[in-house]
Amino acid sequence: MVALQPSVADVWEWLDAVPDPEIPVISLVDLGIIRDVAWQDDTLVVTVTPTYSGCPATTIINLDIETALRGHGIEKLQLKRQLSPAWTTDWLTDKGRAKLEDYGIAPPQAAGGPQQCPRCKSQAVERISQFGSTPCKAQWRCTDCLEPFDYFKCI
Amino acid sequence: MASDAHLFEWLCRMGDNALVLGHRVSEWCGHAPVLEEDIALANTALDLIGQTQLWLGLAGEIEGKGRNADALAYRRDVMDFRNLLLVEQPNRDFGHTMMRQFLFDAWHIEMLSALKGHEHAEISAIAEKSLKEVTYHFERSADTVIALGDGTEESHKRMQDALDRLWPYVGEMFLSDDIDRAVCDPAPLREAFDARINAVLSEATLTRPDSDFAHKGGKTGVRHTEHLGHMLAVMQFLPRAYPDAQW
Repeated sequence: MVALQPSVADVWEWLDAVPDPEIPVISLVDLGIIRDVAWQDDTLVVTVTPTYSGCPATTIINLDIETALRGHGIEKLQLKRQLSPAWTTDWLTDKGRAKLEDYGIAPPQAAGGPQQCPRCKSQAVERISQFGSTPCKAQWRCTDCLEPFDYFKCI
Repeated sequence: MASDAHLFEWLCRMGDNALVLGHRVSEWCGHAPVLEEDIALANTALDLIGQTQLWLGLAGEIEGKGRNADALAYRRDVMDFRNLLLVEQPNRDFGHTMMRQFLFDAWHIEMLSALKGHEHAEISAIAEKSLKEVTYHFERSADTVIALGDGTEESHKRMQDALDRLWPYVGEMFLSDDIDRAVCDPAPLREAFDARINAVLSEATLTRPDSDFAHKGGKTGVRHTEHLGHMLAVMQFLPRAYPDAQW
């Protein structure tokens, strides 16, 4: 008998349900780190790129992908690390950007700083620090509502 | 194309620079002057340790003796390290730490830019990845050098002292031997480095020292300063005391 392979589209959907371990409101697909999903004979190959080379979440991310796909009955799985082309915040999905803002993290802007305060939407914002609570974020503050907030660095 | 022996040595140079500076910067964790700087230093250290894993991981693969990045980082002794003398210098005060970072970042950014697109695909990929992080490091260290150099009388004096003290370690970054030339010769990068730092130092109202005397021997492994052994004693303690510990 021939076992039916799940379609690549189904796998993408499953991966879109796996949350980022550090910013759980967005999925791994929203984050843009899943670069490819393909079958090689009977093995499912998922290509993943790291956000920052030292990001401690990378190991957890691989574990979460494996757990999720095994839960959907995938037996032969290979996770491939890809460094080039290097991850860019341009790969964040529009859905992911909207969820970040709702969660209180200003999404990345090509201009290099947040467009507005994610809380009160004021454009009067200032930088507190170039780095924040995770490698991918910086700290900013709204000078109207005075709330400090995270900004997702644009790289 | 470089021989495997040359590649291994060269990758250890890149990896050890990132490892030793990454560890040095991590020594600030919990001690920085303000919380934001503490977080920034820890994040910079994290990027460098991540880059170390990539460079030393590839070194171990090319060597082919079963050593991974951890084995190279934790089970080599001081004379086997191939980092520049600059990065093993102790932290001293915050200004000194940032001046060391600035001088290294300015070299690092030129080096990684030159390596991006290298014929060795993995070297090119690691450089491309690291360059994004290092561009950010340079932006921050240059801003800090300007803010403190052109700051108070006290901060200016400390930054000038740091520059004078660290300047003799700049030259080694641009010395080249057969190993460097087999992969990427740093000597031609000096001009771009000079332009990069001169612009920042002048805005920071700091005076570039006249002497081009250079301490050397770090990256060739001929000699290290006394500081590296002490640093490794701390950094390597745990894996040496419990060699096969897993967590």
